[in-house]
Amino acid sequence: MKDNQEQERIQSLLKQALPPTGAQPRASLQRDLWPAMRRRLDQHSLAVPWFDWAVLAALVVCVALFPRAIPVLLYHL
Amino acid sequence: MPALEPAIDVLRQFSAGNVDAFESLFRQHQGEVYRWILRIVRDPAVAEDVTVETFWRIHRAHARFDPSRSFGAWARRIATNAALDHLKSERPETELPDDLPQPALLDPGISQELRDKMAQAFGRLPPKLRIAATLAVIEEQPYQEIAAALGISAGAVKLRVFRAVRQLRKDLKQQGIEP
Repeated sequence: MKDNQEQERIQSLLKQALPPTGAQPRASLQRDLWPAMRRRLDQHSLAVPWFDWAVLAALVVCVALFPRAIPVLLYHL
Repeated sequence: MPALEPAIDVLRQFSAGNVDAFESLFRQHQGEVYRWILRIVRDPAVAEDVTVETFWRIHRAHARFDPSRSFGAWARRIATNAALDHLKSERPETELPDDLPQPALLDPGISQELRDKMAQAFGRLPPKLRIAATLAVIEEQPYQEIAAALGISAGAVKLRVFRAVRQLRKDLKQQGIEP
């Protein structure tokens, strides 16, 4: 019983300390976020994934160690 | 009020990776996603950033989306995870924003100092407990909605709220405050 009262008291205190965001002046979105999203999409489309760099590095090492493999690689391209 | 569910064609195109369909979904749902995130992070500027991060995750996960299911519910789940990640990355006791709302009716029996101590104690809660307490106690969202957004049962939400309140009481007692 006492525990329940304490729980309710803490919850009430919490609401007094941190009121719901519905009362905030900026509770609703004030601007269109699509331009920011578009920038994020464009940045990513320009970036080369790390895996592609790893494959390229492996290819360079392979060619350096085994130059005779170059015609084979060219054949498979 | 939740945004209307988009047409199944738009959802199918989005799932197939169509950027125009993604833009249409973004424009339709950005406001709702922002408001949900704001309830959790309580800072409009941070909520905007986390909204963009949420839609970035949505865009990356487009192939995993099932067009026969609710886009709004799926977006809310991803938004909750993004907001949780933000809270985890935050330093405990980060300064609260200046434009926090004031309660409509201030209880004269509760001093400003007590409110501040409570807000600080709340900032020290683990993020998972903080989200549950924010949505259930402060924002008064239905337990079922919170459970769906967190991907746990309603019973688990109630348990987290109970633990959060118990931890707040303990924290206040350690500061010599008898709530």
